[in-house]
Amino acid sequence: MAGTGKAHLRTGDDTLLAVEDLVVEFPAGGGRKVHAVSGISFDIKAGETLGLVGESGCGKSTTGKALLQLPRPTSGSVRLKNDDLTTLDGEAMRRKRTDIQMIFQDPISSLNPRRTIGHVVAEPLQVWGPHGDDAQWQKVSEMLDAVGIDPDVARNKRPHEFSGGQCQRISIARALVMEPELIICDEPVSALDVSVQAQILNLLEDLKAKYGLTLVFIAHDLAVVKNISDRIAVMYLGKMCELSESDELYANPAHPYTKLLMESHPEPNPHAEIDESIVALGELPSPINPPSGCRFRTRCDRATDVCAAEEPQMRAVDAEHFVACHHPLVDVREVAIG
Amino acid sequence: MTLTVDETTPTGASSGDLLVVDDLRTHFRVPAGVVKAVDGVSLSIARGRTLGVVGESGSGKTVLSRSIMGLNVASNAVTTGSVRYDGEELVGRTPRQMRELWGSEMAMVFQDPMTSLNPVVKVGRQLTEHMRKHLGIGKAEARERAIELLKSVRIPEAEQRFDNYPHEMSGGMRQRVCIAIALACGPKMLFADEPTTALDVTVQHQILNLLAQQQRERHMTMILVTHDLGVVATRADEIAVMYAGKVVEKAPTELLFSEMRHPYTQALLWSIPKTSQPKHTRLSAILGRPPDLISPPPGCSFAPRCPYAQPQCTEVEPTLRSEGNELHQFACHIPVGTPENKAAFDRNLAAGMPQTLVAAGKMAAREDEPMTPGLTVPSEVDQNVIVRTAHLEQQQLAAEERAEAEGRSL
Repeated sequence: MAGTGKAHLRTGDDTLLAVEDLVVEFPAGGGRKVHAVSGISFDIKAGETLGLVGESGCGKSTTGKALLQLPRPTSGSVRLKNDDLTTLDGEAMRRKRTDIQMIFQDPISSLNPRRTIGHVVAEPLQVWGPHGDDAQWQKVSEMLDAVGIDPDVARNKRPHEFSGGQCQRISIARALVMEPELIICDEPVSALDVSVQAQILNLLEDLKAKYGLTLVFIAHDLAVVKNISDRIAVMYLGKMCELSESDELYANPAHPYTKLLMESHPEPNPHAEIDESIVALGELPSPINPPSGCRFRTRCDRATDVCAAEEPQMRAVDAEHFVACHHPLVDVREVAIG
Repeated sequence: MTLTVDETTPTGASSGDLLVVDDLRTHFRVPAGVVKAVDGVSLSIARGRTLGVVGESGSGKTVLSRSIMGLNVASNAVTTGSVRYDGEELVGRTPRQMRELWGSEMAMVFQDPMTSLNPVVKVGRQLTEHMRKHLGIGKAEARERAIELLKSVRIPEAEQRFDNYPHEMSGGMRQRVCIAIALACGPKMLFADEPTTALDVTVQHQILNLLAQQQRERHMTMILVTHDLGVVATRADEIAVMYAGKVVEKAPTELLFSEMRHPYTQALLWSIPKTSQPKHTRLSAILGRPPDLISPPPGCSFAPRCPYAQPQCTEVEPTLRSEGNELHQFACHIPVGTPENKAAFDRNLAAGMPQTLVAAGKMAAREDEPMTPGLTVPSEVDQNVIVRTAHLEQQQLAAEERAEAEGRSL
C-alpha cells in the first residue's frame, strides 16, 4: 500500500469533491519533515459516504482537516464542485467553509463549556446570518429538533448538563445549521458507548437522507465504517492502500494490510477464529523517515525486493475495487478501468 | 464450570474456585445521595479460567474489579459483602494488609497506558520497585528479571528500553510495560480493566494474544473487564453482563451467545455493528439511557428501556435464577425465548411501546440474525413499523429530555 496513482478516480458530473495528490507535511525540526499524508487521491459523489479507515498515525484525521484547508495542504488539489480550495485566498476560503462542516471525536470538549446550547448552535449564524434572534432561533430549534434534542429545554443549558451522546447530537446540530454540502465526521462515535453509538449512526443516516448530505466518515472501527459507508479507503502511514465499495472490500480484501485489520477486529461471535500467533508485529514506522517503496512492507509477510524498490500503483481489482500492492490477495486486472 | 453461583450462600462455589464474591456492594456517598455503583454482585471464578465482565459506562464493572482488589480507598466509598480469595476474606482488610496481596497475589492492568505509568520515572524503576519490595531481591537481580519480563512481553531491545521514560514509547509498548509490571511478582490473579480500549485494533489483537499466552504460561486466573462483547466473545470462558451495578446475566461464553436470556444482553448485541452485515444495516439502538444509580427505578433497572417490559417488571426486582442449565443465570421475569416473552412482546407491540417498535423493526428488517426463537412480527405491522422506527427513536429521546428537565427544575 503505500501506493499512489489515480486509477480509482471516477469521471462524472455528480462528483462533489475530488482530491488529487494530496500531500501534507509538517516540519519536525532539523530540516526533517513528518510525512503525514503523502499523495492520496479520491473522489466523492454527491450523497455518498466515504469511510477513511486506518490505525492512529495513518493520516486519516490530517486528510479530513486538509480538506477544510486546516492547515493548507503542502501540495495537491481539493476540488469542491468547481472550485479548487487550495487556490482560494483567505477570505474566499472562509466563505467556502460554510459548505463544509466538521464533527469531532470528543463531543464534550468540542462544545464551549461556558456557552449555552442555544448560543453554541447559533454561533455560525451570527457570522453568516440570517441575523436577528428570532430568525436564528427558528433555524437552531429546527436543527436541534432534527437531532432529537428538545430545543426549548436545551436552549439555556450548558454542555456539562448533557451526556456524551447528547453533546454529539448538539455538535451535529451545530454542523447542520450552516446547511453544508459536505460533513467531515472525525471519529464521531469512538468516545461513545455501543448503545449510544448505534443511536448516533442511525441519526447520521437519517439526516443524510433528509438533508441530502455527503459524508466523509473517519474511524478506526471497521464495523462502524462498514455500516455507514458506501465506499471505504484504507490508509496506512500517509498512503492509500485500497479503495473499494464497502461490501466488496469486506468480502474480498485485496491488500494484506486490509486483511490484517479485518483479522484483528473482534467480532462478537464466540466461534470466530482468532490467530493467536500474532503477539508482536513491528511497530508503525516513523512518518519522518517512512520505508521506501511500499510503506507497509516492513510489516507485510508477502513483501519481496520489489516492494522496497518500487512504490505500488493503484490498480483495478474490479469495477469498484482498487488496490495498491505488488502482491495483492486477489487477481488484479492488468488494465486499469477507466 | 466456573460460574457456579448461589444467590444465598457462597458455599455453592466449588473448591476449585480461586475467587468467590458474594453479595458485594460498593456505595459512594456523594452530596446528592448514595451512588450504588456495585449493588449485590455474586460470582466465582475457578483457577486458570477467564471471566469476562461486560457492561457500558456506569454499569459498575470497573468499580467491581477495584472493589475485589480493595482499591476503592476513597473515604466516601463503603464496600460490604464478601470477597474470598483462596479461602481468605478480603472485605474489611486495611490497605496495609491488602498491600501484601497486591502484586504478588493479584495485579491489575489498567485501561490507559498513557496515564498509568509515572511520566517522570524510567520504566525500569517502575518495573523493579515492587519486585525488590515483594521478592526481597537486590538491584542487579531485579534488573535482570525486569529485562527478562520485558522480553517476555515482546518489547524489542529490552536492555535499552529499561532506561526509557514512558513518553519514549508508543501506546502499545506502554501497555506491554504495564502488563510486565503486573506480571512481575507472579500474581495468581490478573485483573485486566479495559486493557485495549485505548489501542488500535491491530495492537489490541496482539495485546489480547499476549495476555492469553502469559495466562497459560503462568497458570493465572483472569478477569477481563470490557465494554466490547467482541473482545470477550473469543477470549473469556464465562461472561457476566452488568447493568446498573448488578450482574443481569452470566453464562459460559458460547451459551451466552447462542441462548441469551436477558433482554439487555440481546439489546447490547443487536446494537453493535458487525462486519458480517451489509453496509447501511440499520442498527437497533437501545432507547434511553442507563438509570440514575442514586435512585434507580423500582423493580428491574432495565425495565424502562426493555421491549418486553410488563407491569410486574417495574414492581418486583428480579433475582438471578436459572432454567435447566445451572451455569446459565439471568435476572429477568420474562426471559427471552419463553412463550411469556413472546406474549409480552406482542402486547407491547400492539400498545405501540416505542422500544418494542424499534425491536420489531429490527426483527422484521433482519432475518439473517439469530433472534428470539419463535418470535415473529405480525406481517401487517412490518412496513409501518420500520418506517416509524426512526422517528420514534427521536421522539422518545426528546420526551426523555423534557421529563428530565422537569425533574431537575422541581
